[in-house]
Amino acid sequence: MSTDVGTRTTTTPAGRIGDSALRPDGTLKVTGEFAYASDLWHDDMVWGVTLRSPHPHARIRGIDITEALTVPGVTAVLTADDVPGENAVGLEHADQPVLASEFVRYEGEPVALVAADHPETARRAAARIRVDYEVLPAVTDPLRAMDEDAPPVHRPGNLVRHLQLRRGDPSVTAPVVVSLDFEVGMQDQAFLGPESGLAVPAEDGGVDLYVATQWLHVDQRQMCLALGMPSEKVRLHLAGVGGAFGGREDLSVHVHACLLALRTGRPVKMSYGREESFFGHVHRHPAWLTYEFGAERDGTLVYARARTVLDGGAYASSTAAVVGNAGTLGLGPYRIPNVAVDAYGVFTNNPPCGAMRGFGCVQAAFAHEALMDELADVVGVDRIAIRQLNGMREGDRNITGQVIDSAAPVAELLQIVSDLPLPAEREDEPDLRSLPGAVGNTTHGEGVVRGIGYAVTYKNVGFSEGFDDYSTARVRLEMTGGEAVATVHTAAAEVGQGLITVEQQICRTELGVERVVVHPKNTAVGSGGSTSASRQTYVTGGAVKAACEAVRAVVLERAALSLGREVAGLRLDGEKIVGGSGEVLAGLADVLGEDAVEETVEYRHRPTHAIDPETGQGDAHVQFAFSAHRAVVDVDVELGLVKVVALDTAQDVGKAINPDAVVGQIHGGSAQGMGLALMEEVVVTDGHVRNPSFTDYLIPTILDMPPMQVKVLEYADPHAPYGVRGVGEPPTISSGPAVAAAVRAACGRALRRVPIRPEHITGT
Amino acid sequence: MRITTTVNGTQHEVDDVWAGESLLYVLRERMGLPGSKNACEQGECGSCTVYLDGEPVCACLVAAGQAIGREVTTVEGLATEGELHPVQQAFVEAGAVQCGFCTPGLLVAAHDLIERVPDPSDLEIREALAGNLCRCTGYEKILDAVRLAASRQAQA
Amino acid sequence: MDFLQPTSWADALAARAERPDAVAIAGGTDVMVDLNFDRRRPGALLDLGRVTGLREWAVEDGAGGVGGGSTVRLGAGVPYARIIDDLGAQLPGLAMAARTVGSPQIRNRGTVGGNLGSASPAGDAHPPLLAAGAVIEVESAARGTRRIPATEFFTGVKRNALAGDELIAAVLVPVAAGPQQYCKVGTRNAMVIAVSAFACALHPDRKAVGTGIGSAAPTPRRAPEAEEFLAGELESAGLWESRGELPDGLARAFGERVAAAASPIDDVRGSAAYRRHSLSVMARRAATWAWAQYRNDPRKAA
Repeated sequence: MSTDVGTRTTTTPAGRIGDSALRPDGTLKVTGEFAYASDLWHDDMVWGVTLRSPHPHARIRGIDITEALTVPGVTAVLTADDVPGENAVGLEHADQPVLASEFVRYEGEPVALVAADHPETARRAAARIRVDYEVLPAVTDPLRAMDEDAPPVHRPGNLVRHLQLRRGDPSVTAPVVVSLDFEVGMQDQAFLGPESGLAVPAEDGGVDLYVATQWLHVDQRQMCLALGMPSEKVRLHLAGVGGAFGGREDLSVHVHACLLALRTGRPVKMSYGREESFFGHVHRHPAWLTYEFGAERDGTLVYARARTVLDGGAYASSTAAVVGNAGTLGLGPYRIPNVAVDAYGVFTNNPPCGAMRGFGCVQAAFAHEALMDELADVVGVDRIAIRQLNGMREGDRNITGQVIDSAAPVAELLQIVSDLPLPAEREDEPDLRSLPGAVGNTTHGEGVVRGIGYAVTYKNVGFSEGFDDYSTARVRLEMTGGEAVATVHTAAAEVGQGLITVEQQICRTELGVERVVVHPKNTAVGSGGSTSASRQTYVTGGAVKAACEAVRAVVLERAALSLGREVAGLRLDGEKIVGGSGEVLAGLADVLGEDAVEETVEYRHRPTHAIDPETGQGDAHVQFAFSAHRAVVDVDVELGLVKVVALDTAQDVGKAINPDAVVGQIHGGSAQGMGLALMEEVVVTDGHVRNPSFTDYLIPTILDMPPMQVKVLEYADPHAPYGVRGVGEPPTISSGPAVAAAVRAACGRALRRVPIRPEHITGT
Repeated sequence: MRITTTVNGTQHEVDDVWAGESLLYVLRERMGLPGSKNACEQGECGSCTVYLDGEPVCACLVAAGQAIGREVTTVEGLATEGELHPVQQAFVEAGAVQCGFCTPGLLVAAHDLIERVPDPSDLEIREALAGNLCRCTGYEKILDAVRLAASRQAQA
Repeated sequence: MDFLQPTSWADALAARAERPDAVAIAGGTDVMVDLNFDRRRPGALLDLGRVTGLREWAVEDGAGGVGGGSTVRLGAGVPYARIIDDLGAQLPGLAMAARTVGSPQIRNRGTVGGNLGSASPAGDAHPPLLAAGAVIEVESAARGTRRIPATEFFTGVKRNALAGDELIAAVLVPVAAGPQQYCKVGTRNAMVIAVSAFACALHPDRKAVGTGIGSAAPTPRRAPEAEEFLAGELESAGLWESRGELPDGLARAFGERVAAAASPIDDVRGSAAYRRHSLSVMARRAATWAWAQYRNDPRKAA
């Protein structure tokens, strides 16, 4: 609290940067009042549902909607013919029809829409749409899809991207060579709030869409093209988002709900069920990885060769960028002088794959960390030591030749996790709930072997390879009811991670006010960029900081003018104008009067650059974030069941703007990595998803997650606002490989595929 | 079909309910109580957990007609006179809420646990909350919140 | 879709007979999933939740069960949570299985009657009912009551012996005369449908062994050869009386015979080979634990 005029101001309101401020939406979320996208409701609204293809690949010979239209209560039935603009959307390439017209290319592709007065009416009507399919052979093996003679999913062919990276001497040899093939299954984001939106037709002929998304403006751009409308008429508003993790980067209900709203003239609500959600968003690419390390006899890496194939499924989504990461970052945080990497993304008739937390690094980390363990064993070096021996350090060049120009504490992170106390040994008569299988009562200790595994990773923060990555912030400062209030308006999506808390903390810090209102997120302000790539605290945080600085500059100029002083000596703190030695010179109210000071600023991080198409060399990324994990598991080696006993981690976050929220991100990210290692897989057979439900797509429960020790380092990145470093993704990357390594250590099997299934452990 | 149910102490009556609707749908779309969440609609995630005659159940698996004449308490009914219940307060303070979609169901489940078991062990908390999936937190801060709420409840 | 809500058993049977297009619903934990996922659109739901008698259980002396001991008459509508709380001593196998069903929320609603009605090969209640020698009591308005041994109840994948006009009234489960175990494999540590499951019951009163296999055949089933093998070995070595240690390899041989009794398939939850393997391990361990319990049980002589 602040003291009075004339003495040194000692304002210490909670909630500045570095404090663990509480979420501003926390109370709404615990009372059930927070409005998620699926909670929205409007007078006179109708329900939209989607008819989807049952086939992975087919030609549509005709669609007959006559019968559907006769169902009482139905207000619209739409097909591709009803799309007024371009019938094509896509994050990076507009290759996906809003509604399929000539072909369907994956099971679950949207074909038609129905609006009706009740979701059941709409479902029954959708069932009466007659689609005449000519079923075509489906390309479902991504390795086969790469063959010259494979049937093309799209013209001209099935290659989305081939990233070729060559560094040093590609033909170098080494005394020790280890290699492996690794396979990673398809993971789902499994956010809990299914895709939902409410489209409200407006009097100006436009439409307002309230939707859960990760990037309002990239949605708007695609929607404008599909709807054939200018951006002034396609207004997006962020509804409450029930998790995202990459699965909301691509469009889902957006265009569909707007088409129905514009056709019916009524508000339209669309809300997927869990099964539809599995078909309604992209998944993490399954991957096939072939890796080889050459090393000196002491374990020092001489070369690395990698070939990675990512199954992009039927449409491009962000496959090209995922290939970019799987290639440029695919060998992990190691110093490797000679490198040959080929990373491919391919089209198939499988479900489209795209963004998920960790974005291409997750798949690669399973391979390079498994191989690093193998190298350690072959040369007889400790698994921690070999990583420390080869780990990147600040000033090193990575495999694209980019200098790591801030902290790269690989060795330290590994040391920290290996020094953390280990969990207690298993008790003599353990509680069932502490054992593999838990109350399934499959063991009372028989067959249970403990294993420990380590992994380390690094991940790019922000968008890479020359993308114009920026965020916009509008900050307004005014007196309201005698109190200074800052209002921060960005379009950057809050998806649960706590960006709105960070926005408030930055405003409090920069403007010295306590009360900060977070304006609802919408497209009335410039783009906030994507809530992905661990970038929002950095980029939108940077924008908010810059906007606050601009507001502050205006306020201090005014103060300087009225006080007859130089601006240089003035500060803004505790709603006061403060001089160089802390003396209060004026109240903020005196300077602002009735005026509001408002500034809108675009913030860009340092530019990144395209990589050379032949060599893959270049400064592709703006920042790197490092983390390490140690997993301790108990494995029932006879039954192949696993209980993770501990999952401990250390991560450099540059600067923890909100330490509790940072730890929360690390906990949650680690759980998702562990899930991929042990249980999470969208099983696809011949193009058909076999487990689109939470009954058979398993994510970790509270009985699966162990206690976690989290150590946070804060080595400021001098190039980033406040020194921050992205937090959200690294834990998802290093936790899974650590768990897999621990399981391997317990059961002694190679386990070259994740998720590791019980039968892989038992060998049956 | 007409559904008359007492929810959070108030009698609600809604008409024209289709027999295939769940209690969850009726709460969310007909009674204006969307606090209980629609994450899986198959009893696998617990986001729709409500009390039905005092027992925590998945509202998605209760047919609307089965709730006729019953007493339902949802997340909207946990706070009293504008004051958060200790479980709610603990979730806010402990950082157990991120996206918050699992929170309403977890609150009801945790509320029930603490009512039945005043000082639960970690394993008891884990078994009791195993039917409530959370995708954001890794559960660590949820455990913190339940421990905090239980200790405060014990002191109260 | 109509919603039928009888408040008496007689009305429920009448409704069942009148509406062959109705689906009976108890806890809703299976039926509502089918409705929510648009897999099923019956002409009516027949809610049994208001038939209060279905939610009761009682111990009946000498009735029904094999061997003439006491029997628990478990109303079809008793939820799993109450089986765990009330019947752990009388029906330990069923109570152990009940604890593995879904979540607390599911166990507050789900019932053994519903599990039998769905007749999924993965139903958690089925293996312990088979192992215990339970009998299912069903009834129709037209023909009254009949009793179907659990071994004859499951007729195919998600099919049972219930006639179109019948409802499940109760399950008659002999009170355990000896140790019972239930083991269930899933690929996470809570909230799983069984990849495979196994129940065993020692019946020292009649020197018999009961088994039940789940998720490893088109229906839940017993492993009769394994039962006879183990009971016979125990008998011939005089172990029922001596309560001596199990001979080396006996539990393993029992496990192998249990696995041989399965006819599992590959599916998204697990491979056939793993299912068979896991059954052999579970059966070996369960028999070992049950026998250790029997040896340490001071209460009664054989």
